[in-house]
Amino acid sequence: MPQIIVENLCKTFTVHERSSGMGGALRGVIRRRSRQVHALDGISFSVEPGELIGYIGPNGAGKSTTVKVLGGILVPDGGRCVVMGRVPWKQRIEHVRSIGVVFGQRTQLWWDLPVVESFDLLRDIYRVPRDAYARTRAEMTELLDLAPLLDVPVRQLSLGQRMRCDLAASLLHSPDILFLDEPTIGLDAVSKLAVRDFVRRLNRQRGVTVILTTHDMDDIEALCSRVVVIANGQIALDGPLEELRRRVSSERRLTVDLAGDGEEVFDPDAILVRREGNRVELSFDPSRVSAATLIARLAQRHEVSDLFVQDVPIEEVVARLYAEMGT
Amino acid sequence: MWDTPHLYGRYIGISIRSQMQYRASFVMQTIGHFLVTGIEFLAVWALFARFGQLKGWSLPEVALLYGMAQVSFAIADAVSRGYDLFGNLVKSGDFDRLLLRPRTTQFQVAAQEITLKRIGRLTQGLAALAWAAMALRLPATPERVALIGAAIVGGACLFHGLVILQATAAFWTVESLEIFNILTYGGATAAEYPLTIYHDWMRRLFTWIVPIACVNYLPAYAILGRPRPPEMPAALPWLSPLMGLAFLLAARQAWGFGVRHYRSTGS
Amino acid sequence: MTPYFAILRARFAAVLQYRAAAFAGFGTQLAFGLVLIYVYEAFYRSSRGPQPMALGEVVTYIWLGQALLSLLPWDTEPDVRALIRDGGVAYELLRPVDLYALWYVRTVAWRLARAALRSTPLVIVAMVFFQMRPPASLAAGLAWAAATAGAVALACAMTSLYHVSMLWTVAGEGVTTISATLVLFLSGMMIPLPLLPAWVQRITAALPFRGLVDLPFRLYIGSIPTERLAGILLEQAGWTLAFVALGRWLLNRGLRRVAVQGG
Repeated sequence: MPQIIVENLCKTFTVHERSSGMGGALRGVIRRRSRQVHALDGISFSVEPGELIGYIGPNGAGKSTTVKVLGGILVPDGGRCVVMGRVPWKQRIEHVRSIGVVFGQRTQLWWDLPVVESFDLLRDIYRVPRDAYARTRAEMTELLDLAPLLDVPVRQLSLGQRMRCDLAASLLHSPDILFLDEPTIGLDAVSKLAVRDFVRRLNRQRGVTVILTTHDMDDIEALCSRVVVIANGQIALDGPLEELRRRVSSERRLTVDLAGDGEEVFDPDAILVRREGNRVELSFDPSRVSAATLIARLAQRHEVSDLFVQDVPIEEVVARLYAEMGT
Repeated sequence: MWDTPHLYGRYIGISIRSQMQYRASFVMQTIGHFLVTGIEFLAVWALFARFGQLKGWSLPEVALLYGMAQVSFAIADAVSRGYDLFGNLVKSGDFDRLLLRPRTTQFQVAAQEITLKRIGRLTQGLAALAWAAMALRLPATPERVALIGAAIVGGACLFHGLVILQATAAFWTVESLEIFNILTYGGATAAEYPLTIYHDWMRRLFTWIVPIACVNYLPAYAILGRPRPPEMPAALPWLSPLMGLAFLLAARQAWGFGVRHYRSTGS
Repeated sequence: MTPYFAILRARFAAVLQYRAAAFAGFGTQLAFGLVLIYVYEAFYRSSRGPQPMALGEVVTYIWLGQALLSLLPWDTEPDVRALIRDGGVAYELLRPVDLYALWYVRTVAWRLARAALRSTPLVIVAMVFFQMRPPASLAAGLAWAAATAGAVALACAMTSLYHVSMLWTVAGEGVTTISATLVLFLSGMMIPLPLLPAWVQRITAALPFRGLVDLPFRLYIGSIPTERLAGILLEQAGWTLAFVALGRWLLNRGLRRVAVQGG
């Protein structure tokens, strides 16, 4: 029985356009130009308990709109949505009791208070029983290494520290589903790894369903077995990560560092993607020519000082997918 | 639902503690606020010193009106601070976070902050009220005291309702609408004097649309035992606090309408 | 002179941009003015004897006060408050200009711009609908304009003093709030000074505040003859210099306490 059911969800926004300048502002008072933006154009998917899904798409594709509808904040124009047996926007208060949401760029903690006081206040807001709260808080403190931060006012925390605290805060009431909206944005490398590690453990060991919205493809690669790609309000792809790669193209990249300078690099089975000084990046289809063959051929003609082979960066895959969906 | 007062208390505690962090500054601001609001009564006193009476109302009688209006306004002002800040909440998108918590939005907005330093207005209002009671030698019968209390609460409901309405506008426009400042501050100032002195249109505005009259003017007829104008029903002075309550309930409805609009159009 | 004039012009233009905030005072001042008009009207109708001022004069006095409220030194510039609170004062010291003059000039720009935006619509509405009268004569109008310039200079000197006092946080707040109360009352903004008891008027004559409101306004309505303009300007100038001197002296002492924050 799916935990989340989304069926043909539709949401259209009216965007008012204003011309610039005083004349435009005056005209705008009399008659406003507006256009319809179809943020969600009939999307459907379902989520089983315990899944860890990456929800990706370009800006304005409808990601945050979906999260808002699933959170119960936004009322859609059409379609059906059931989360754990409830319609989110109709039973807002009961619904939000069993979900947690973390927004990457906005903290939910109280700015001037020590972290632990925010936690205590959330306990009262969510009515978490004292013993359950004590246990959960202790676990979170240990898993996220929060002990030195508990008495620090939130405004004094670094971005990475704040994100860890926000993660803990969102889980104090033991929700069944966690929505993460750009959780690693702006974080340093160490914090990103800590966040990913925590989310992975949360999902694998405690079975918390996680919906991860992100632009960071490393997050996707590290965490998600399933991705849902949304573009222009429609689902472009819904499946395992490999399908994403396979779907757009079968392609690999060979990057060589040449010893010499200014040489023309050419191969019948490879396409030049990029050239920066001595570094040349070539794209090839592994089904037509193997990496080994290509490397051998290039080494015969040029002096190669270094090389490596990789898959197409997932950003490019996704970008191509967006482009394919048409704008 | 039953733990709401307890939770409100927690929020208040936090707000008070963070204001108390700057204790000296807090004291200074409270004193300052007392002076700034108290100076208004000085002006009233000075005018009576020159003119003697105001269309049949004496200084102690006007002091009663003044005191009741100030106390009502001060109470409403103190608890409404959260709504003042509400506009920023919508602009920054943090209102979404309130929708993600298992509590009503009105409670969460109202509980954000309570402003203690406005206690200065409350104190000088109470002082004026006490002096008026003494100067008028009002017998403290239970009905009279109850009516004064009810009128103050009704007035606080009215002013609080106005603030809620002003905040509700933030759901539709980023500009804060001037009209509400006019009604709140203008209304509070107008309530310091008997409503009869104003021109018809203002009297009607403050009786039927935004019932400032219920704050002190209408109850005063029963409190002071003044002869009523012929068209005023006998029960009206006693029932007038309910007008403030009704206004507040209407304002809360408008807020709910605003939240529905927000949730269907997004931010 | 040039850098200060440039700053004046720039700040003036900047404040003018915040049109919404500037117009925001319009409705409130209009409402206050109306309430006050009705109150005075009722008071005048309630008593028989002659009064030091006619009702018509009081009405114009009130409207002038509401229109020019921004010129009164009862509030401080939020930008300067933020500057001091966040430690940006140190950066101001890096500029090759006299800091007091810098602050003075920007305060002038701030007050003038706000007053310009708020007063114009209010005066128009008050004159058309609510019995505000034009100056008693051309000479009265010119005298009023000159006295208003003096009032602005005085008001900004006082405001600069508040700004400087904010370098000492708590004391600064105390100074500002208490002073705001005194200014409002003793300048004539709450009640026209001639209507106050005689002993109060003797006190206000010895204080700087009447030069901010009462004296210029009474030149406008003609109850002070224009011949007294020179004396009024002298009184304003004297107090202005006193506040400037005090402000500069305090600033020098206060700057030693400034800590640079952030980093």
